Amino acid sequence: MIKATNLSKQYGGQQVLDIETLEIPRGQSFGLVGNNGAGKTTFFSLLLDLIPPSSGDIENQGVKVNKSEDWKPFTSSFIDESFLIGYLTPEEYFYFVGDLRGVNKADVDALLAQFSDFFHGEILGQKKYLRDLSKGNQKKAGIVASFIGNPEVVILDEPFANLDTTTQILLKGFIKVLAQREDVTVLVSSHDLMHVTEVCERIVVLNKGEIVKDITTSPETLKELESFFGA
Amino acid sequence: MLGHFITLQRKAFFRSSSFGKSLALKLLMGFFAVYMLVALLFFGGALYFILRKLLPDVNPMWVVSQYMVYWVLAELILRYFIQKLPVMDIKPFLALPISKQKIAHYILGRSGFSVYNLLAFFFALPFVVVLIMNGYPALNVLLWFVGVVAIALSINYINFIINKSNAALITIVGLLFMFFVLDYFAILPVTTFFGPIFHGLYAYPFTVLIPIALVVLAYFINFKYLVQRIYLDASLKAKTETAKTSDLTWTRRFGDIAPFLQLDLKLIWRNKRTKAQVFISLLFVLYGLFFYTQDIYVKMMPMLCFLGVFMTGIFLTNFGQFIPAWDSAYYSMLMSQNIPLRKYLDSKAGLITFSVVVMFLLTIPYVYFGWEALAINFGSALYNLGINIPVILFFGSFNKKRIELDKSPFGNMQGTSGTQFLIILPVLGAPIILISIFYFHFSVEIGVLVLCLFGIVGLLFRKTLLDKITEQYRSRKYNMIAGFKEKDS
Repeated sequence: MIKATNLSKQYGGQQVLDIETLEIPRGQSFGLVGNNGAGKTTFFSLLLDLIPPSSGDIENQGVKVNKSEDWKPFTSSFIDESFLIGYLTPEEYFYFVGDLRGVNKADVDALLAQFSDFFHGEILGQKKYLRDLSKGNQKKAGIVASFIGNPEVVILDEPFANLDTTTQILLKGFIKVLAQREDVTVLVSSHDLMHVTEVCERIVVLNKGEIVKDITTSPETLKELESFFGA
Repeated sequence: MLGHFITLQRKAFFRSSSFGKSLALKLLMGFFAVYMLVALLFFGGALYFILRKLLPDVNPMWVVSQYMVYWVLAELILRYFIQKLPVMDIKPFLALPISKQKIAHYILGRSGFSVYNLLAFFFALPFVVVLIMNGYPALNVLLWFVGVVAIALSINYINFIINKSNAALITIVGLLFMFFVLDYFAILPVTTFFGPIFHGLYAYPFTVLIPIALVVLAYFINFKYLVQRIYLDASLKAKTETAKTSDLTWTRRFGDIAPFLQLDLKLIWRNKRTKAQVFISLLFVLYGLFFYTQDIYVKMMPMLCFLGVFMTGIFLTNFGQFIPAWDSAYYSMLMSQNIPLRKYLDSKAGLITFSVVVMFLLTIPYVYFGWEALAINFGSALYNLGINIPVILFFGSFNKKRIELDKSPFGNMQGTSGTQFLIILPVLGAPIILISIFYFHFSVEIGVLVLCLFGIVGLLFRKTLLDKITEQYRSRKYNMIAGFKEKDS
């Protein structure tokens, strides 16, 4: 379970995130939506202990993330291209992440094999470094890397942005499969309402750092969200 | 239109990252620039008198003319490495209603004002002034000056033409080498052959038209070439190199630091700036030759110790001072991945340890200049291993300037801040003071012994020291992540 209590973040007196309480049960597929600057990335960065909270804290399966590093073995994430190592080939990057998560080469290869459609023949065996791949392909590599090593918490920031339609559909499939597993919590942020409503059981809307809506996804959710953002 | 370009240029200059740098760094760079300028002006002005003194029978103008061929070749080589036509800068103009010819003129015209051209200008200017004051015919001298500037400019444009081919570089280096050998062993008098050609610029003022014509021609060739290639997929495309995958399975024997060690080796080998550091470090092994061969230094203990610490620790200082900024581009990934910080630091320490050992082995031949040299280098190497590695890793935690790995290594100050200058003091200063004290009070042997002792104690306590440093990195984590995210700082 992920639990944020009295969590806030300020930059120079400006409140960018203020969450009184938020609990994400284990195994839930959780969607975070909101306009630019709503605090989605800030929340994820706090969850990954990349920035310190101004007040409050986040627990990831009982571990206070800014007190201990014990959440790292079961948590994986892809936030942006700064999570990629530009001078490695995609394969080397996957093996490196595999090394970090105690997965050997053969198992990494087996996992990658499931993603051959997703990679569309543009990632593996290209004799190219990650820095020379297109933005979309970089993103694909980063997302797949976050699936390595059976993580129990997967955090993806804007995974659908910059991907083509076919890839988006494939990605939604993968996330759905992952979300069905009881032991895996998936956190996805997006400003595309359609994608999140499709893959997430629960959707939280952030606006200017505050939770303004917390809904369990139903057939009406998309309409509800659209009218909220359209208003 | 020209006005627009000039405004852009002005903004690019004053808003460039180097202007946003910290005050200390700005002062240092400013000082460097002024120093270079003054040195050029001074040497240019003094050249006449130096030549008069050295070769009283020969006209200085004649001597200068004789050696100009070397200047031309050397400058071509230098520019081949340093100066590239900054074609990427014109990308934003492509979709704007500006004709391609104007864009080409802009980028070529701009390069005419590059710093490299100013070097010749500021060197020749005082020389010319001195010549005129000494009664040389003003018209000839002034036109000679124009000729020299024109040669510098044509080197500028010729460089862009040949810059794509390695064959050209090899030819030029070959020529330079061949001329030098022919000259040195007096097989063929190269200088006497080229002397009159360049002297003609002075003797027959109208010949100034030749270098000017050369500039125009080179400019025109560049222009033609460029206009045809202002397309995204032609010259404007950044070159991508073919990736070579490597296993580096041999690193496995180092246990659980292996993944990081592999990463570091790839980091060094696949990025220009880090690769340059390795070559520079290896070159500095030769640094000792300058000093051991001169009698004044042989008995100068602080100097010998400096050499020892410097030569065995060159990679330690060069590479180590930017840890962990080398990983700045993906530091947040490293911090959220399943990576114990301690392993990360262990791997860096291992890499530097290896470099110190290699550098020490390479300096062993200096035993030729006396056993003291070897002993001091050994002591220095041990000191580097025991004390300086933890010191440099500790100071690394204060690094928070991003390094863009794929930027050119030449004159690249990225990632530099006050920290770097502070590091050098304890790293180089402390062992020198240490050995000097014990040398003057006792003997060389005792001095070396003390250095070794410090090193061994440091090695014994390395585990504890690294634990402390890990804590330090942990407490500075957010600062580093935030700092590394800022581009162009």
